Amino acid sequence: MTTAAKPVSVNKESSYRRNAKLLVHIILIMGSFIMIFPFVWMILTSFKTQGEAIMIPPILLPSSWEPVSYVEVLRTLPFDKLYFNTIVLMLARIVCATVTSSMAGFAFAKLEFPFKKLFFFIVLTQLMLPSQVFIIPQYGMLSAMNQLNTIFALIFPGLVSAFGTFFLRQFYMGLPNDLSEAAKLDGCNVFQTFFLILMPLTKTAMMALAVFTALFAYSDMMWPLIVNMNIEKMTLSAGISSLQGQHSTNYPVMMAGSALAMIPMLVLYLLFQRQFIEGIALTGTKA
Amino acid sequence: MKSQAVNPDLRGKKFRFKSEWAWAWLMVAPVIIGLIVLNIYPFIDSIIMSLYKSQGLGPAKFVGLQNYVKMFSDKQLWQSTWNSFYFVILTVPVGVFIALLLAVLLNSKIKGRDAYRCIYFLPMVVAPAAVAMVWRWIFNAEVGILNQMIGVFGIKGPNWLSDPNLAIVSIAIIAIWSAVGYDLVMILAGLQSISASYYEAAEIDGANAVQRFFHITVPLISPTLFFVILMRTMNSLKQFDTVYLLVKQTNPAFKKSATLMVLFYREAFEKFNKGYASAIVMWSFVIIMIFTVFQFVAEKKLVNYD
Repeated sequence: MTTAAKPVSVNKESSYRRNAKLLVHIILIMGSFIMIFPFVWMILTSFKTQGEAIMIPPILLPSSWEPVSYVEVLRTLPFDKLYFNTIVLMLARIVCATVTSSMAGFAFAKLEFPFKKLFFFIVLTQLMLPSQVFIIPQYGMLSAMNQLNTIFALIFPGLVSAFGTFFLRQFYMGLPNDLSEAAKLDGCNVFQTFFLILMPLTKTAMMALAVFTALFAYSDMMWPLIVNMNIEKMTLSAGISSLQGQHSTNYPVMMAGSALAMIPMLVLYLLFQRQFIEGIALTGTKA
Repeated sequence: MKSQAVNPDLRGKKFRFKSEWAWAWLMVAPVIIGLIVLNIYPFIDSIIMSLYKSQGLGPAKFVGLQNYVKMFSDKQLWQSTWNSFYFVILTVPVGVFIALLLAVLLNSKIKGRDAYRCIYFLPMVVAPAAVAMVWRWIFNAEVGILNQMIGVFGIKGPNWLSDPNLAIVSIAIIAIWSAVGYDLVMILAGLQSISASYYEAAEIDGANAVQRFFHITVPLISPTLFFVILMRTMNSLKQFDTVYLLVKQTNPAFKKSATLMVLFYREAFEKFNKGYASAIVMWSFVIIMIFTVFQFVAEKKLVNYD
């Protein structure tokens, strides 16, 4: 009796575990459905005619897969320009933020120099202030420089990054001092120590900063709307928002526009999924 | 202090130190100059501008605290302040709780974890304007899919985006949906850094799953959780895009949905009252600071950094 009882209880335990796992999967799948459904609905709607889209009761699939709305939206908005501007914006901000933040992060972590505390205080101040307090004066500066409606205007607030500086400083602090000492003995000057020895060790952190910068440059909407009125100089995110005015009731066209804005980043995301997610996780755990 | 200890080398050191200073200054210069030009000066300028009346292109006139007096006697300012608070209340607790729950589930050695994580993070890589448009379509009162599904049960669905009491809730739903993946990724990273030995010890001591969650998981990820809550609160206080895109001024729900940032944007870039808009931004700044201080006090009490 006692010997027979044992396997039964183990069995019970494992079937309990199995059921728990099943329940977890059910919850996660339901959640996933909620996450994906809007995008599926976007794509399906974008292929429907306007009549099909507003049918009651709704139909799931469009009657044909002809990209009529895509043709229409490509005629309405200069997507080539929007893509180009968005890519330039993201790349410029990534390069500026990573280069300047790497140098400053290294200096703050590994060097002693006068006014270091004051300078670092400036970095921390910027981190504490909400970005909206800078907007009107930044707009004023661009207008004074006659740079409104340019790609430079889009990049402007992201030329340097206090967050990036702080984030990379944390990484440089974590690198052992022996390395820079050894480099010094080998005759490296400060910059060589930084550029040849330490910076290559912060590759993951720089990747993370790049992802973070790109995501926020891509999704920022208020700034492009403010500085660039000209649709030719807009980003994707701000550009497609104008569809709401022009095609306020034509949902297939709006959905086609949204899909076109979404797909390039989505492809990039699916290809580099791990770098994206782990990069973002890193910005959270180190900062 | 240190240079005293190596007194014999002082002359050589001094020279080296100076070249190090030059390098250091050179290396921090871009960031520091950039921050002064792009942030410190604009911050001071905003404070000054809030004391001036400047309309359109005409010259600005010093008016003292008049913008603030006008602002605090404007009902919409208080309404918008409440809207921003309310938006925080609606999004932060629920959003962070869902993210925590999902993160815990994903942390239980489940199959397909990376796939789930990838799916939940998806809205983060989609332009907010696209997100707003697709939700506007889903929430459409007459032909939107949501109300049609509700209609199956013989209930007439509400006007999600134009009912004054509901619009901000709908927008909160969109915001939670958009951000849950981001918070989830942060929390999951925190969970994965907890050593399994804690759980094994607790299991031996007979702690059940709920006890393990509250006595091990929550204290150990409290720093991450704090960070996520702080970030989420700041972002919710600064909510602009979705409200701006979905609740236009002609919408009956506008007054009860317009957040402080929407109000700011309208004053600054639609009505061109830069002085008045600067006053609004200073007010938002004060509120954000109060929230921050409050959260850091709470952090001291609640967060476990051991």
